This record gives sequence, structure tokens and C-alpha cells, in this order.
Amino acid sequence: MTNVTNVVIAGLGGQGVLKASDILADAAFRAGLDVKKSELHGMSQRGGSVSSDVRFGPQVLSPMVPPGEADVLLVLEETQVEINRPILRANGILIGPDVLAEGALKNKKSLNVALLGAMSMVLDIPEEDWLTAMYANLAEKLHKINEHAFALGRAAALERNQAG
Amino acid sequence: MTGERLLLSGDDAVALAALHAGVKLGTGYPGTPSTEILETFDHLGGRAQWSPNEKVALEVAMGTAFAGARTLVTMKHVGLNVAADPLFTAAYTDIEGGLVLVSADDPGMASSQNEQDNRHYARAAALPMLEPIDSQQAYDFTWLGFELSERWKIPVILRLTTRVCHSKTVVVPRARIQDQPEPSFERNIPARVMIPAYAKPAHHKLRQKLAEIAAWNEQEGPTRLDEGKAELGIIATGIAAVHAREAAPDARQLTIGLTYPLPMERIRAFADGVERLVVVEEGDPMLVDALRAAGIPAEGKPEMYRFGELNVARVRRILAGDTSPEPVPPKGKPPALCQGCSHRTVFQALKDLDCIVAGDIGCYTLGVLPPFSAMDTCVCMGASIGVGLGMRHVLPEDQARRVVSVIGDSTFVHSGLTGIAEMVYNPPATGHLVLILDNGTTAMTGQQEHPGTGRLLDHSPTGKISFEALAASMGVQNVHVIDANDREDGMKTLIADLLAKPETSLVVARQPCVLAAPKIRFYEKAAAEQGCAAEPAS
Ligand SMILES: Cc1ncc(C[n+]2csc(CCOP(=O)(O)OP(=O)(O)O)c2C)c(N)n1
Ligand code: SF4
Repeated sequence: MTNVTNVVIAGLGGQGVLKASDILADAAFRAGLDVKKSELHGMSQRGGSVSSDVRFGPQVLSPMVPPGEADVLLVLEETQVEINRPILRANGILIGPDVLAEGALKNKKSLNVALLGAMSMVLDIPEEDWLTAMYANLAEKLHKINEHAFALGRAAALERNQAG
Repeated sequence: MTGERLLLSGDDAVALAALHAGVKLGTGYPGTPSTEILETFDHLGGRAQWSPNEKVALEVAMGTAFAGARTLVTMKHVGLNVAADPLFTAAYTDIEGGLVLVSADDPGMASSQNEQDNRHYARAAALPMLEPIDSQQAYDFTWLGFELSERWKIPVILRLTTRVCHSKTVVVPRARIQDQPEPSFERNIPARVMIPAYAKPAHHKLRQKLAEIAAWNEQEGPTRLDEGKAELGIIATGIAAVHAREAAPDARQLTIGLTYPLPMERIRAFADGVERLVVVEEGDPMLVDALRAAGIPAEGKPEMYRFGELNVARVRRILAGDTSPEPVPPKGKPPALCQGCSHRTVFQALKDLDCIVAGDIGCYTLGVLPPFSAMDTCVCMGASIGVGLGMRHVLPEDQARRVVSVIGDSTFVHSGLTGIAEMVYNPPATGHLVLILDNGTTAMTGQQEHPGTGRLLDHSPTGKISFEALAASMGVQNVHVIDANDREDGMKTLIADLLAKPETSLVVARQPCVLAAPKIRFYEKAAAEQGCAAEPAS
């Protein structure tokens, strides 16, 4: 399956991993692509490790990203980076919580959306689809704070790219 | 709605199809990965209700179907064990309204106590089974299930697996059905009263129905052929079909949708046209065995792939005949009881008192993990009481006195009542103690209501079962209610006192799940306000 983009989002229960993957899947869906998203629910609300796979492209078959084939790995919690690293392909892109400067985020709960912002700089999905997906998947009272977080993530990624 | 493109989980796709197909009632009992189906059906405006357990859910569904209405009944794989008794005889009856039973299996045990393969049930109960590969098929097969069910007056099993239930994929729905006949009772005693005189011909009739469905499956069944080279032919079902397509895009592939009764002649023709034939199926080697029994030589998978889920990498290995050890994925952080969870106090007390704990299934099963390590058995829902009693009966007295059965509130309603009957009827010489951990919700599966919460699936108020009144009326000698959180010492003292008595005791440790508590307060407030508004003006 060429032309399929593989993304894995990981973290701990309660961090909004599934919300983040919902937004990503929805954004790709709105961009007109075939999308599959998969994860294991269940014990995630009790603080265990959680990860979610999102694949998109002209046609997606299996909903799960095979080990070593993720193009992008987004991790919300430093301790979860190493255990998820085997999913990433050689030269794949890792986006971790260290993308943001310490204290840059007004509300820690929007870390998931901030890192999506950073990821939006490396994925081929129009910004308006990202924003529409974000609004559709979050309660209205959360829109402002997450808009801010998303923009912050984009700026941080840009800065990092320029520095690198 | 037609033509619209949606991104849906398999569960949501089933719920939407149920709505569109005119389901009059959805019943079930929560269980990962099936729970969201009825919740979504309710959100979409369908009529859905939780039953106390899966057996009751299926019985209610049968009544609905006998009355001529379309019914959806949902459960996780082990739920079908509980519902197996009605299932096997429902197969003998003639139903009027379509009945689709969702069995959501959990290969890999993401959130289950076993990974049983419920394809065996289709064969054992002689019921047709549909197995979708993605959300679109989950949607389409729900519709098809109702059509087959009504055409042959037979319940149909829709077997989903965790990855189909919880993966989101694109769905294009069809138009919602318009005129559904109103339910109306039509007497048909020989078709619905399974005494031997009627059941004997009914069994023959069932086999006749299956033969007809098999013939239909050969001609018109939802079997999909992907063209490819003749060197490798793959026969696959369910989610394994998409893994296989990705692992071997050049192969010729036959994906079977109605997996019982099988379209065996179609399979035979496919097999004749390929040089090598491999069956790719998750779980037990059922399909490959069926092919071999029909005289079709096929390769199956090495035994190591019976365990756990399949994925693209594993299917590649199966096709390559690779039985070398698989890479072990790094272990993540295990879940733990939430901070402030009321179950913590109870397990601390049980640990301090060095109890032998016959446990049960729910969030509280996490009491088995450190720092508590305070659970000694866990088998299936409700087993805590029987298992605790069995140990009490035979252990030496000093050990027997330490045995406690621990069971959650939802689990107690599901299958604890008969355990209490057993305790009252066959009390051990040392007595026994049952602890109900009443956190006011079914926390494990995402906070569903049950008959002990006094709220319906949509959280509106209804009748409520009082565990303490129930236990007292059943003849339990000592019945206590204690706040699980406030009084750690109180909890310990109470348990120690009751363990010292050679009597039957039941303690309800009551304290809402901390995650559910704000919502429970909200529902209670809403109910109180509604209650006021509904008061007749005097
Ligand atoms: C036969 C069967 N049906 C459903 C399930 C899924 N399930 C496991 S535990 C549980 C109920 C848990 O609720 P409760 O007993 O109230 O404990 P809590 O999680 O709230 O602590 C359910 C529905 C199962 N394991 N077996
Ligand atoms: S979800 Fe509720 S019952 Fe489960 S561990 Fe957390 S507080 Fe306890």
C-alpha cells in the first residue's frame, strides 16, 4: 500500500489520545481521503498506556499500522516514547511533548491539540480541514483554548524546523 | 442521508443501520467492545435498554421478534455464554420480526477474561453468522441480517471483533426504511412452544432452513472476490481479510461474509483455480477445518497464530510459514484503580485482614495488582459467590473463616442473585461474607446504568433494586451498609466482626465511582427537578 500515511498517537489514559486521533482522522476524512482509525479501548480511563493508529490515503486496507511502518509518531507523555518507538519507520518523524517550551501551554489539557498543531506542519492535510475537525470534535467552550494550543504547536514546529 | 459519506466505528455503523432498518427495540448488557452500539442507538433516537444480563436481553428480544418487531440484541463474546440457553432453542422457533444478535469477540483480550471464538456458536446452535470486515460491512450486514432473519424466520448472529467494533472507517448509508408493519400477536403454538412434540419437527425445519440459506449463500451471498494471480489463493473472513489483502496484494482472495452456513461450492471452485490455497482466519482453525472436512485441501496457520489478534505483519508470517519467535512488543503502563477510587479502601482492609478473596469482574478486579494483591480468584461474572462458598465448604476452619466474596453492583445484578440463594440454601459451617462494592455504576465498561442505580440507559429515573432489602428478604442473616470511603477502620472492624461469626453476611460498601460521581449528581438533580415539575398542581 503505497500512498498511505501512517500515524500513531500514544500517551496515557486521560491525556486525550483518542480525542487527538479522532480529530486527525476527521481532518483527513474531510480532506476527501480514505481513512481508517483503530485503537484498543477499555482500561484507558484508568491511567494505562493508550495508543491509536490513523491511516489515510487513496485506499486504506488494514486499520492497524504495522510495526516499523509509522511515518509519524506523536507521543503525549515522555515516558511513553521508548515503548512506542518500535512502531516508527526508519527516518520517521517523532513528535513528543518537548516540542513545546516548558510553560508555553495555558492549559495542560490541550497538549493533545497543541501537538496536533505541530503535526499539521508535516502532514498533507489543509489547515481548514484541521480546524473544522477540531471544532466538530470538541465542545464549544473548549474551542478558544484549543485554537490557541493548535497555533502554538504550529509555531513551535516551524521554529524547530528552521532551527534544524 | 443516502449518498452521504460518514466516518464511523463498527459499533456506530451497526447502531445507524439498526435505526435505518426500523429496529423497534435494542436490548443488551454492556461489555467491551460491544457497549457503544446501544448507547449510539439511543443517541440517534432509537429505543434501547440495558437488561440485567445477556440471557434476559435475548429473551426480551425474542419476545419482541415473536411480536413481529425488528430487534437488535448486543453483547460481548462471553455474554453469549450467559445467553446460550435461550439461543439454542430460539433457533428452533419461527420468529416474525427480524432478530440480529451482535456477538462482539475480543481476540487478543484487550479487555476480556478469555478469547473464545464465537464462530463456534453459529455451528453449535445452527444459526446463520455474518462477519463484516469494516464499518461499511457492519452497516450493510446489519441490514442483511434483518432481511435473512425475516426471510427464514431465524435469528442471525452478527459477529464483530474488537478491531471492527472500534475502528473507524468510511460508511455510505442507505435510505431509512419507511413503512414497517405494526407489531401484532399471531398465535403459532407449534413454532414457539418447544415441548418435544413440537421441538422434534422444529429441529428438522431448522436444518431445512440452513440448507436453503447455504444455497442462497452460494448464489447471492456476500462473498467478495479480489482478482489476483493464481499462484496464491487466500480465503479470509472478518478483519483478517483486510490484513491479508494488504499483506498479499497480488494474491487472489475470496472473502466470505456469511460464514455459516458456508458457500462450500463457491469455495471449491475458487480452490480449483489456484495453485496454493491458504486460509487466513483469526482465532480457532474453524474455517480451515471446515474446508478440509469438505475435502478441499487448504493450508491453515501455524498453531502460534491461534493466539491473539492478527495484523498485517502476522499474516505475512503466516503466508511465509514463518514460525520463528515473534518480536515481543514493549510493555506499556498497566491500568490501576483511580486515585480516590472507593474500591481502594475495601482492598486495603482485605489485605490487612489477610483475607482469601474470591473476586469477580469489574474495575475492582484491579485489586489483584500491587499494592493490594488482594484477589485470589476471578473467573466470570458472578463466580465470586459460588467460588467463595465452595472454598468455605472444604477448607480447614482457620482458612475458611478468611474467605470473602467480592462483587460489583452491576455484576451482582447480572449474576449474583443466584449465588446469594445458594449461600442461604447451602450455608457453609463457618458462614460466609459477601461484599457488594456498590459504586453506583457499571464503571468498567464506561459507566452504564443497571437495575441497582434506578436509572435507565438514557439516565432517566426508573425502578431501583435495593441490595440490602433484597439480601434481607432472601434470608441473609447479617446485612450491613457502609460508606466505602469515609471509614477505613470502620470497614476493617466490620469485616473482622462478620468473619468471626458462623453466619451468612452481606455488606454493601457504598460510595460512587469518582469518575462517575459528578454525572450521577447531575442525573439525580435533573430527576429531582423533573419530579417537581411533574407533580400535579393541587
Ligand atoms: C458475561 C459478561 N458480560 C459482560 C462482561 C463485561 N463486564 C465486565 S465487568 C462488568 C461490570 C462491571 O461493573 P460492576 O460490577 O458494577 O463493577 P465496577 O466496574 O463498577 O467496579 C462488565 C459489564 C463480562 N466480563 N462478562
Ligand atoms: S473508574 Fe471508578 S470504579 Fe473504576 S477505578 Fe476509577 S474510580 Fe474506581
